[in-house]
Amino acid sequence: MTQRHIAIATVLLAAVVLGLVLFVGLPRLKRRTPARAVAAAPTASASQGRKIKAHLFYVAEDGAHLTSVERDIAYGETAGDQAREIITAQIAPVPAPIVSAVPAGTTLRAVFIADGGTAYVDLSREVASAHPGGTIDELLTVYTIVDALTVNLPAITSVQVLVDGKEVDTLAGHVDLRRPLIRNLGWVQ
Amino acid sequence: MLVARAAVLSSQSPQISQAQPSQAPALTLLARDGRRTLPLTVTGDQEFVALDDLATAFQLAVREESLGAITVSSKGKTIVVQPAQALASVSGRLIALPAPLTRSGRRWLVPVEFISRALATIYDVKLDLRKPSRLLIVGDLRVPRIQLRYDAVGTSGRLTIDATPRATSTITQENDRLSVKFDADALDVPSPVLPGLGAQGLVLAVHLIDPSVLAFDVGPRFAGFKASTQTLESTLRVVIDLAALAETAPAPAPPAGRAAPDLPALGQATPPFRTLVIDPGHGGGDDTGAAGASGAKEKDLALAIARRAKAAIEGRLGIRVLLTRDDDRHVGIDERTAMANNNKADLFISLHASASPRPAAAGATIFYAAFDTGSVPASSADRVPAFNGVMREIELVPWELAQSRHLDQSTSFAELLETQLRDRIPLAGEAVASAPLRVLESANMPAVLIELGYLTNGDQETLLTGDAFANTFVQALADAVVRYRDAQAAGGAR
Repeated sequence: MTQRHIAIATVLLAAVVLGLVLFVGLPRLKRRTPARAVAAAPTASASQGRKIKAHLFYVAEDGAHLTSVERDIAYGETAGDQAREIITAQIAPVPAPIVSAVPAGTTLRAVFIADGGTAYVDLSREVASAHPGGTIDELLTVYTIVDALTVNLPAITSVQVLVDGKEVDTLAGHVDLRRPLIRNLGWVQ
Repeated sequence: MLVARAAVLSSQSPQISQAQPSQAPALTLLARDGRRTLPLTVTGDQEFVALDDLATAFQLAVREESLGAITVSSKGKTIVVQPAQALASVSGRLIALPAPLTRSGRRWLVPVEFISRALATIYDVKLDLRKPSRLLIVGDLRVPRIQLRYDAVGTSGRLTIDATPRATSTITQENDRLSVKFDADALDVPSPVLPGLGAQGLVLAVHLIDPSVLAFDVGPRFAGFKASTQTLESTLRVVIDLAALAETAPAPAPPAGRAAPDLPALGQATPPFRTLVIDPGHGGGDDTGAAGASGAKEKDLALAIARRAKAAIEGRLGIRVLLTRDDDRHVGIDERTAMANNNKADLFISLHASASPRPAAAGATIFYAAFDTGSVPASSADRVPAFNGVMREIELVPWELAQSRHLDQSTSFAELLETQLRDRIPLAGEAVASAPLRVLESANMPAVLIELGYLTNGDQETLLTGDAFANTFVQALADAVVRYRDAQAAGGAR
């Protein structure tokens, strides 16, 4: 084997190694990187009292649609922090005559925002176990969460609802939650 | 003119001949308490009935007066007739008869029209003479006139049954007999019927096996049927399309390199509508669905309506209707859709009821599927081995995307159903909507989900659980299925 052959082989080997690193190693490393998880705990920014305006969604008078209401929401330093503040405000109990489509007792466990703009909203089991059922009411519950994030945070393009940390088929037997859902203002008056 | 007509009639020879017993014509009396017959005497084209038979049947008083007149009385009202005159007098009003009163031996005979023209005016119960079918209906019985027709349509056949006044019917098949049961006390069926019957080997004979049931004996070439109805003023028409078995000659081999064809579609370009799957939502102890304040449960309402729809649609349309559950048990969502897919259903209808935190919410909504997702797996194509060693290209559609190929048809059916339901049951303001509904997405056929109304609304709960609502809804649903099926048969894309 000549010096020239050795040099060519070395370059080829280096290219192969570089290729493995670039096309196999890095993507795997990237996939292992956890999505940004935001625990449902108060943030420093929220405690400073800074607010933003956000649209929250509640059941309209006709009972078959949502209506949007503008509210002051605690400011979040990051998109994840802000998503958490919005959902926390959205599912909080509301005084009559406002009616929420999210069952009473539902709490936010965590919000994850993955690359690509999909948010995963992990709600407590009450969102399913306390749901009164019915396709339309279930649609209003789901799109309350989906639209609250996608309308107020343009960086979030879709939302998948999790229950008790797990993917679920539906909340009450109707709306498919196996995949993220995009914004749908068709249910908003 | 009346006199002239009477004169002409009286100039005809009143020669009466009694029919032989084996051919004895008779008038059938149908009444609430049963039926009986009155012998008829026929001369020429005219049928006569004996006055004393009428007197017995209707408790009439018949007397021969001194001047030769005959009086017929019922509860103080009297008809006067004169022998050899085609006239009757009721309270001073003259009534023309088609033939004169005639003596036969010791009995007086009157033309059968005497009943409808004279007797009916003094008798206190309605008398309806159906002369062509020799029927006399006493009282308010439902006895629709039935007109039958049989037409050959290519290798298939078509039975057309007109019921006037309108009478609904249910069609059932048992072995080699197709029975059409009318919602009536009896049927007025002309005889003989159905010229050309039997020529194709599809229907061999027709019988009246019960006062309200017509039975058709089907032949060896009969393969199945589908039925539809249409309203023509006071007539309800039932059309039964009879499918013929394919010829038994061996089928030609498929051309090399091409996939083997599907099963023959009984001579029709568009496969016939054979199977409807109705899915009563929820079920079992842990999945009761929505609930009303008075205790109504979505699972029970959906099942009750589904059962009623199955009976009505199978009976009326002659298509197979399968229920994803026929009792109170849990059935998984995929299991429901799989039943429709595995049975190659032509239509999938899921029945539900709604709930709302707003008690005023009301009205039905019809949903078809939407795929409101950020990213969904795409379908792809692959080649698989087929018969004769050839490769066949098949489209691989993910289970959860099967409905995506049928969205146009699903939308069409939803809109058609809305048209049928409107003005019959309360509809929501937005009566047709699309949503990512789990049970629809895997249906590999046109599919809709119907929210019948809101159980959380007290008035709606009462309405939805009542018989009237169930009947009205099922009727509208059947009408929508008929129209959808007919539109498909007329060339709608599948």
